[in-house]
Amino acid sequence: MKLDSMYQDIILDHYRNPHGKGLRDGDAEVHHVNPTCGDEITLRVRLDGSTVADVSYESQGCSISQASASVLNDLVVGKTVGEAQAVQEAFLELMQSKGQGEGDEEVLEDAVAFAGVSKYPARVKCALLSWMAWKDATAKALAQNPAVND
Amino acid sequence: MTHAHESASLTGLLDTDAIRKDFPVLQRLLHDDKPLVYLDNAATSQKPRQVLEALTAYYERHNANVHRGVHVLAEEATALYEGARDKVADFVNAPSRNEVIFTKNASESLNLVANMLGWADEPYRVDADSEIVITEMEHHSNIVPWQLLSQRTGAKLKWFGLTDEGRLDLSNIDELITEKTKVVSFTLVSNLLGTINPVETIVRKAQSVGALVVIDASQAAPHMVLDVQALEADFVAFTGHKMLAPTGIGVLWGRQELLEDLPPFLGGGEMIETVTMGSSTYAPAPHKFEAGTPPIAQAVGLGAAIDYLSGIGMEKIAAHEHAITAYAVERLLEIPDLRIIGPRTAVDRGAAISFTLGDIHPHDVGQVLDEQGIAVRVGHHCARPVCLRYGIPATTRASFYLYSTPGEVDALIDGLHHVRNFFG
Repeated sequence: MKLDSMYQDIILDHYRNPHGKGLRDGDAEVHHVNPTCGDEITLRVRLDGSTVADVSYESQGCSISQASASVLNDLVVGKTVGEAQAVQEAFLELMQSKGQGEGDEEVLEDAVAFAGVSKYPARVKCALLSWMAWKDATAKALAQNPAVND
Repeated sequence: MTHAHESASLTGLLDTDAIRKDFPVLQRLLHDDKPLVYLDNAATSQKPRQVLEALTAYYERHNANVHRGVHVLAEEATALYEGARDKVADFVNAPSRNEVIFTKNASESLNLVANMLGWADEPYRVDADSEIVITEMEHHSNIVPWQLLSQRTGAKLKWFGLTDEGRLDLSNIDELITEKTKVVSFTLVSNLLGTINPVETIVRKAQSVGALVVIDASQAAPHMVLDVQALEADFVAFTGHKMLAPTGIGVLWGRQELLEDLPPFLGGGEMIETVTMGSSTYAPAPHKFEAGTPPIAQAVGLGAAIDYLSGIGMEKIAAHEHAITAYAVERLLEIPDLRIIGPRTAVDRGAAISFTLGDIHPHDVGQVLDEQGIAVRVGHHCARPVCLRYGIPATTRASFYLYSTPGEVDALIDGLHHVRNFFG
C-alpha cells in the first residue's frame, strides 16, 4: 500500500518517541514556520569547538515534521559541523528526488525512511522544516564564533 | 453503509444520483479503485458539464474582445459577457445590473473596496481619524486588505472576537462600532467555522453610525439565497469558482450611488470615457471598475453556473446541505477525541465543518483520508487568527455541496476511524 511507503515504522516510532525534544542552552536560536500548514519549530544549536554538541527544539506539526526533527537530532549531534552539513545536504538531495532516490544508509541511517515522502510534493516541506532550521541556526552560531571554521 | 437506515430518514435531500451525472470528475476512481469522495467544496466546487460546455461553446464559436469592434463575434462576445452580468444581477436581486462589477475573485473584490475607500473624497474617505471594523473569523482576504488600508491611512483596525461556541461575540458591539467607524466588513458564512453570522444586528448598528457595510459572501453565494437588498449592505463580494463556475471570475456588488461617487482603482482600457495625455474621464459604473480585457469566458461560465444553480433552486440546495450538515455533525460527534471547531449543531451554520482528531495532526488525517479517495482540506484555511483563538495549529475541514450524499458522510466517518487506528 502506498501509504506505508510514507509512514514507515521508523518514522512513526520517531513521531511517538521523539529524540532530543525540548529546548536547552544553545549558541543560536531560530524559529521557522511552514506558512502553508502552520507547522512551527523553535530550534537551538550548541557548538563545542567544531562539534555539534546539542540540537534542541520545540515544535508542532505533523508526524513527518516531528519525526524528521527527531532523526535530525540523532544524526547531527556529536558530528563535526562539516560532517553534519554533509548529512544535511544528502537529506536535502533525497527529499528533492521526487521518489527516485533511495538515500545512502551509511550517511543517512534512519533518515532513508523518508525516501517515500519525497513522492508527495505537499509533504516534502514538512520533512525539511527542522533541517532548514538547523542549517540556519548553525550558520548563525558560526557567525557568532568565527574562530570555528571547519 | 452501516448507517444507511439513519441517512435514509434524512429529509430535504436533492436527487444526487441525477445531479452527480452532470459532474464528470465525480465519476473518477482514485488510487486504482476508490471512488472520489470530494469534501473540499469550501475551497472550490466541481464543475458541471453545462458550465464546461458553455466555456467550450464560447471559445469555439464566439471568442472576441468585448465592448469594441463592430464585427459579429465582438457583438456576440459582448452580449454573452453582459448577459452574464444580467444573470448575476438577478441571482443576487440587485436593483440594477450596473451595480455588478466583475473581478477575478473575492479577494480582488475586497481589495477593490478597500482601495476605493482609501482614495475616496469625504464623506467616504478612510483616514487617520477613521476606524475600520472586521471580525476574528475572517478569511485572510477580508483581513489583509483592511490591514493595508489601515497602515497606509493611519485608520484604526478593530475586530469582533469569537465565543467558545464559534459565534461572533457581539457583547461589545457598542464599543467596536462608533461614530468614528467608516466601514464594517464581515463574512456572511465563515469558511473555517461554518458559522452563519447575524447580519441584521451588525448592519443596524453600522447604519446607526453612518458606516458602510461590506459583506464577504464567498461561502454564502454558492449555498443559499443571496439577496443584496435584504442584506442592506453597501458592498457584497463573492467568487465564481466556489459556485460551479471557472476560476478567474469574481463579483463585487455595490450600491449604485456609491459606485458613482467612489474613485476607480485600476486604470486602463475599458474604464475610460476620454483620454488625453494630461488626464482622463471615466466610464460609468460598472465599467469604471473593470480596467483592461475582463475574464470574458469565465463570466460566461459563471452565467452558466447560475443557470444550473437556479434550475435546481437555491432554497432546495440550502435544504439539502442543511440535512447533510446535520447528519455529518451528528456522526462526527460519535468519534472519540473528535472536537468540532465551530458550532456543534446545524443551526445557523453552513456546510463546512472543521475539526481536530485527538493529537493527530490534520496533515496526517488528510493524507490517510486521501488514500481512501476522500478529499478534505487541512491547515489553517487562510483564517489563521481563528486557529490562534482556539489554540490549535490547524484543522481538518470537510465541506459539502449540492452533490454531496449521506453515503459520503459515512465514508468520511469510516475513514476517520481508520485514521485513528493507523496512528493509534
